[in-house]
Amino acid sequence: MDDKSGHLGPTVFHSDDLGASWTEATRPPAFRTGERLERSLKAVFWLTPGHADEPGVWYAGGSPQGLFASHDGGATWDPVDGWNDHPMWETWAEWPDQNTPDGSMLHSINIDPRDPTHMYIGLSSGGVFETTDGGGDWRPLNKGCDSPMLPETEPEFGHDPHCVRVHPLRPDRLYQQNHCGIYRMERADARWVRVGTNMPSDIGDIGFPIELHPRDPDTAWVFPMDGTDVWPRTSPDGRPAAYITRDAGASWTRCDGGLPSRAWFTVKRQAMTVDHGVDVGVYFGTTSGEIWASTDEGTTWRCIAAHLPEIYSVEYADLHPSLR
Amino acid sequence: MNVRIPTPLRSYTGQAKSVEASGGTVAEVLFDLDRQFSGLRFRVVDEQGRLRQHMKVFVNADMVRDLATAVCDTDEITLMQALSGGCGDTGRLPLS
Repeated sequence: MDDKSGHLGPTVFHSDDLGASWTEATRPPAFRTGERLERSLKAVFWLTPGHADEPGVWYAGGSPQGLFASHDGGATWDPVDGWNDHPMWETWAEWPDQNTPDGSMLHSINIDPRDPTHMYIGLSSGGVFETTDGGGDWRPLNKGCDSPMLPETEPEFGHDPHCVRVHPLRPDRLYQQNHCGIYRMERADARWVRVGTNMPSDIGDIGFPIELHPRDPDTAWVFPMDGTDVWPRTSPDGRPAAYITRDAGASWTRCDGGLPSRAWFTVKRQAMTVDHGVDVGVYFGTTSGEIWASTDEGTTWRCIAAHLPEIYSVEYADLHPSLR
Repeated sequence: MNVRIPTPLRSYTGQAKSVEASGGTVAEVLFDLDRQFSGLRFRVVDEQGRLRQHMKVFVNADMVRDLATAVCDTDEITLMQALSGGCGDTGRLPLS
């Protein structure tokens, strides 16, 4: 669990007993003392476990856009110098500007299930970046992404991915919910294709999370937000719905059974997830403190928790029956 | 010298409201506190040694921002957390 109290600085807590107790990292994520840019970490924003062959490894993304790694289950953390000290970092991260509301951050740490040294990350602001040597060197991967806020017609970086996902069974297929649309990439093409243009025009393709079916690389869910004029970041027209594609973004179907007919939900980029059921369960949390669940792949929803604080992240854990 | 601990940091001191620490400067006292109560210093200063925005340090009745400020055994140091916000960067995680 990452934390930023706002007053005491960032840290990470870990629990080995299903959340009954929490232990703070003895060496939390931090930039190196005395480094040239004198950066200090303001928030730990994203946590991702390492490759299945590397138990105990975790990665953390922060604000500003630093990358950190733990090799002991989150007890101690070190900077990933290949990223944090990359000669292009200041340019890619638009340092020292922090153009994202509440601070630019590193998120969407994706590890290739075939190769622990092959990783993707997302920067807001900055774009998608890839390493093939375990984080030693990085390159931008943003061709095809719209970026009307940038002066160039096809810049290499400077984009605003909100959430990037790699399909676990087809890791050369990536999906991205960007500030400027929904995209899919076949890695060999090295080019994002805006599949969000296939969304209904009155809904648009702006949002924060994108979640993938654990077995079917053609199926994904998004939760659209109103991205028109002043960007209210709420359900378009006050009618909340998820949308599902079953054909890799060629078409999208509205999923609003059981959801309120009038509500202005905001769903953050980490606040949607899926399980591994035969009929995949889909879950999302709102900034107004509700968690909604669907056990039929999004067709119908029910609220399973309410009156919670603002929800930043929802994760699914498949517990052994003895632990339930 | 005596160091008074604010409530948000008492999880590091076993809920002690005040503790003893030594050092010739505020910075040295913070290092000594961290030696005794691991993790406490990083809640007061960031990785570049800068006092965190909402942390205040008083030497007796005087607020100091310079951690090189000299102190002696008869001084009393008070760590204080300044509360602020309701909006802005006082604890919210990024949205977009």
